[in-house]
Amino acid sequence: MRKSTLFIFFTSINIILIIVLMLHSWISLRTIETSLRPCTDVARELQLTDLCLFTEARYTRNPSMADLHAPFQDHPLALEHFPSGSLVTPPRVRSEAP
Amino acid sequence: MKRSLERHRNIIDFALSSLLRRKGKNVSLLVIYTLIVFLVAAIMFFTHALKREASLILRDAPDMVVQRLVAGRHDPIPIDYGKRIAGIRGVSAVRPRVWGYYYEPVVGANYTMMTSDSQAPGTVTIGSGVARTLRLTEGDFMPFRNYSGVPTLFQVQKVMPYESELVAADLVVMAESDLRELFNFPPDRATDLALTVRNPRELTTIASKIVQLLPDTRPILKSEILRTYDSIFDWRGGMMIVMLSIAVLSFVIFAWDKATGLSAEERKEIGILKSLGWETADVLLLKFWEGTVISLSAFLVGVILAYGHVFFFSASLFEHALKGWAVLYPKFKLVPAIDGGQLAVLFFLTVVPYTVATIIPSWRAATLDPDAAMRS
Repeated sequence: MRKSTLFIFFTSINIILIIVLMLHSWISLRTIETSLRPCTDVARELQLTDLCLFTEARYTRNPSMADLHAPFQDHPLALEHFPSGSLVTPPRVRSEAP
Repeated sequence: MKRSLERHRNIIDFALSSLLRRKGKNVSLLVIYTLIVFLVAAIMFFTHALKREASLILRDAPDMVVQRLVAGRHDPIPIDYGKRIAGIRGVSAVRPRVWGYYYEPVVGANYTMMTSDSQAPGTVTIGSGVARTLRLTEGDFMPFRNYSGVPTLFQVQKVMPYESELVAADLVVMAESDLRELFNFPPDRATDLALTVRNPRELTTIASKIVQLLPDTRPILKSEILRTYDSIFDWRGGMMIVMLSIAVLSFVIFAWDKATGLSAEERKEIGILKSLGWETADVLLLKFWEGTVISLSAFLVGVILAYGHVFFFSASLFEHALKGWAVLYPKFKLVPAIDGGQLAVLFFLTVVPYTVATIIPSWRAATLDPDAAMRS
């Protein structure tokens, strides 16, 4: 078999796979409301404000509720303790009033 | 048309043979290139899906949360403040939220303690992450040490479903009276106040009025809550920029290596081809296909691997970066969310620069005299 035939075959298989994955994503997005219902129900009932992504510190567990300078709350020269603190940036300062 | 296709196929045959002659170098190049595409694509898919889920899940978050600040730090807010805030025109409901955190020293986990009116005193509903860490099931007893160190037992009434881990993995929900007793929480205070506002357009005006009325408070709008997750997983945010910079720098090294010139062997090859009668256009086409074979294969395989890793294997490679020192980590499967736009950005970031970088030095070599090319 010619090498170009093998390459075209390999590329076509991969392109078909990507199209299948995009279809999978499209179908999943159509049912996203149903898939997320257990989460949305809990969030609505308990009036939650954050996702449970980083549980190691309170300002990474609930970043939207954290102080503006959360990592420095222990003392003014405190360095960031927690690895996920490098992912969680301080909340943006609101541009609109107040 | 057929002749043109046949010409391209012949050149692809030759390009593949040429790549296979330097098998070691090209296979390692392909593997590293695939890994870079995989990393960039996985970060893109993961952050995009997480941001989408955050916006959907937190759609019903309180319109506004009002905290009290004392000496610049969050402090329990007097419930009386709620009555004064309820008097502001446009506020339809004020609900005091009583919640907090509990550190479990035995396993080293932090729980988020919430209260619910529907929870019977003496019982708790726990997230599946808590149940997994402590190996608890419904009906078991869960010990807590109260504010004075006295152990108190609560019966597990319900374990929340696995599907809710993204918001509830570390939750312990109990009756408000239980939480107040456990932490000796003052009866006239709440952790914060959740507000419902009739017209969302008035949110900023109401926030200004609250700060004027109660200067020691900090209102947090729903838009800010939603924006938090955009900024965490923004490309500029924390570790994302580190990971992306590593990937992009590695890619720049590749492209630079290619763009700065061809090896003596490759120059000689071009010289021989030209002396055999190949046109400059043919040589360029050959180099174009050599670059395309590598970059297109790396792109396609990298994207497929990234999709599988993020959406079928729960992004297990990122778990350690996200987990940090946390003992209690949620296990969740993201809903796949990719689109043509994301793939197009990835394609133009990875395939096009590489292919262009291979063409430029080849064009320089291909325009040389065959004799000079072979001698160099």
